[in-house]
Amino acid sequence: MSKAATAPRSDLAGGFFANWRQNIIYIGFVVIFVVFALTLNDKGFLNPNNLLNIIRQTAMIAVMAVAMTFVLSAGEIDLSVGAVAGLATVTVAMAIAVAGPVGGLLAGLATGLAVGMFNGWLTTKIGIPSFLTTLAMMGIAKGVAMWISDTAAVPILSPSYSWIFGGGSVGPIPVLMFWMALIAGVGHIALRRSGFGRRVLATGGGETAARYSGIDTASIKFRVLVLSSCAAALAGMLYAGRLQSGRFQLGEGDELSVIAAAVLGGTSLFGGKGTVIGTIVGALMIGLINNGLILMGLEFSQQLIARGGIIILAVALSQKRT
Amino acid sequence: MTAPAPTAVRMTGISKSFGGIRALDSVDFEVRAGEVHALLGGNGAGKSTILKVLNGVHVPDEGEIEVGGQRLAAHTPEAARAAGIAMNFQEMSLIPTLTVAQNVFLTREARNARGMIDDEDSVHRAETIFQMLEVEVNPRALVGDLGAGQKQLTEIAKAISQDARVLILDEPSTALAVSDVERLFVFLRKLTEKGVAIIYVSHRMDEIARIADRATILRDGKHVITAPMADLPLDVMIEHIVGKKSKGLADVARGDASRGEVLLELTSVTGPHKPEDVSLTLHRGEVVGLAGLLGSGRSALARVIAGIEPAVAGEIRIRGKKVTIRRPADAIAHGVALVPEARATQGIIPAHSVADNMAMAVIGRLSPRGFVDRKRVRDLADRMIQRLSVKTASRDHAVSTLSGGNQQKVVIGKWLATEPEILILDEPTAGIDIGSKSEIIRLVRDLAQAGKGVIVISSELSELLTACDRILVMADGRAHQMLDRADLDDPSETDPEHALQAAERRLQIEIQKALSIKEPSHV
Repeated sequence: MSKAATAPRSDLAGGFFANWRQNIIYIGFVVIFVVFALTLNDKGFLNPNNLLNIIRQTAMIAVMAVAMTFVLSAGEIDLSVGAVAGLATVTVAMAIAVAGPVGGLLAGLATGLAVGMFNGWLTTKIGIPSFLTTLAMMGIAKGVAMWISDTAAVPILSPSYSWIFGGGSVGPIPVLMFWMALIAGVGHIALRRSGFGRRVLATGGGETAARYSGIDTASIKFRVLVLSSCAAALAGMLYAGRLQSGRFQLGEGDELSVIAAAVLGGTSLFGGKGTVIGTIVGALMIGLINNGLILMGLEFSQQLIARGGIIILAVALSQKRT
Repeated sequence: MTAPAPTAVRMTGISKSFGGIRALDSVDFEVRAGEVHALLGGNGAGKSTILKVLNGVHVPDEGEIEVGGQRLAAHTPEAARAAGIAMNFQEMSLIPTLTVAQNVFLTREARNARGMIDDEDSVHRAETIFQMLEVEVNPRALVGDLGAGQKQLTEIAKAISQDARVLILDEPSTALAVSDVERLFVFLRKLTEKGVAIIYVSHRMDEIARIADRATILRDGKHVITAPMADLPLDVMIEHIVGKKSKGLADVARGDASRGEVLLELTSVTGPHKPEDVSLTLHRGEVVGLAGLLGSGRSALARVIAGIEPAVAGEIRIRGKKVTIRRPADAIAHGVALVPEARATQGIIPAHSVADNMAMAVIGRLSPRGFVDRKRVRDLADRMIQRLSVKTASRDHAVSTLSGGNQQKVVIGKWLATEPEILILDEPTAGIDIGSKSEIIRLVRDLAQAGKGVIVISSELSELLTACDRILVMADGRAHQMLDRADLDDPSETDPEHALQAAERRLQIEIQKALSIKEPSHV
């Protein structure tokens, strides 16, 4: 007991600061929320409608970011999520036009599975780093979406589809919030408590060690990339439902927000470390910042700069000093 | 004698090549249930390869493996584990971002009713294992935050937790404190009583002699001998390992210390964590050893002098002049070079060539006008390869293709290229075969003879005793006592081998004393 008491003070302080840095995302979220609440109250920041809007705008990013947490935790990356979401909006819209909502649902899932398996196959079997595989896929998916849709928007004329996937709400609660909560809950439990999640974290934390421990790391990487594309396709389905159309531009550039959300939430770009709850808060924080900056009346150019600065600050503060 | 125990493992005619190099050449290896079987050999003898074959990490080109009389159908880690084989890898199977308990039970976690991982159960079971081993490791700690000894114990716990019929321990004691090794040995005896077969790999002959029942020696990928330990006295063992009558450690001539001026003088130096209040002088032409257990502050002191963890208090003088060392570049500029402990990560860039590695610390000097003068790099590499007799196919081969001992020589060569006055070697012979060990100790003596001041850190006391003129005993970050090497000799003992052992016992006693003095303040 007295061992702890005689320990140098710097150790205790170090422990506190380590925790403080780990939890910076939650502290930052609260701080930003309070600042906006105080300064933007007259502009309707705290209006329930505005707050629900933040969730509506964040849901797709959050869904993709949950899967990205798995990808990053396994030591890989998926840059194709935004383009795959865009492609899925198009395939879903086109399938609904000929086969109805169920056909659209199946087309969306098939899009995610096909892209994900191709990404996974190239990465684990051919051995192309996922950074390059998915960078190339980003262009391919966008190209395919533009080609099959003739670069035109494809309307969705199924109210039931639009209600379930993004457009509807139960009382004041938007359906998108249920999707976000569902994916977050499943993702959190899968990463923290399931054997799959533990293998993902092990693969990213030390691939050789994981392999020596009997983990099929190639299969894990394959599966997280499939997971990521499927989540991207789901996000695309939500975009399509919310906007009642499929367009190749939807989801464009989302990969950066998705990766930023995961990293803000404490997921390591180098693998082995990730939390789904943190990712969700990270995604909400990005939505919060976007919303607040718009309410402040900043120009889009200023928003970009302010958003970049806040993200750098948050990640810098979360770095462990040695 | 009872009837011989049943065979636990029988490997017959195992061959394995890597890119044209025959790592294993039709090797037979047999281990009985209930015995501790030592597997010995120099670096590159094929020990790790045969263990990785047994463990399913490598698929053999030829040969068969039987475990408990059953032929292994597949060569995968899963199949090996299913057959009851467990192995600790030298820190290779631990995932730094997971906790101790999560690592120990990775892929074998207990599940609750809903099929989810029950981490609390892992913590309890890990606690039980550490209690059986009578060691203190926090199962909830992140492995990445642990020291080497604790990682080692986690590795061992992971291997033990598999309730294996065949337990492979690859260098389990390298980072362990003496007392922990004792407890491990007691525990291993309990396992063998239950019929578990233990394959024990170590470079430490004293350990082998104490724990093993039989030994198999490999050399150059071939089986040399399998015999009971009683038939393998130390000199015979070393002879089989090295392949010729070699000079043991005791034979390295320790030149009379012709002490010159004071090169390095530390006064009450304190580091950021350790060491605390250490004073030390190092003269030209002498070798000073730092002895102590893991965590005694030996390496921390080296890092302070080399500017990696700069001193927070105290005074460092080099050749009488007070100096400030804030970063490694300062230390190098003052003629201090550190050959670090972790060769693979701190010493070399494995994928780069021997020549590039040796030039790394002096690349500025070899690049007049900003371009690397490749001829000077080649000359430097050739000079060092010859001076240190580095065994490499060429100076352009990647360092990763060299054996551990030769990799270490590359690191030493890299630092000698900076022409240091003061050379610090941290565990220079860890994981190196005995032949290379003697060479490195001889090299240390030669450097001292050539007028340099050398500080050697080693956990192998016989090594310190052969290499050093004075030995500083450290414990808990503090300098305990400076011993003259000569005072450790027993004048009545004339046989050099026995004399070394006697000196080793005395040094061991001093180290233990240093610990017990610190003890009261901790309780």
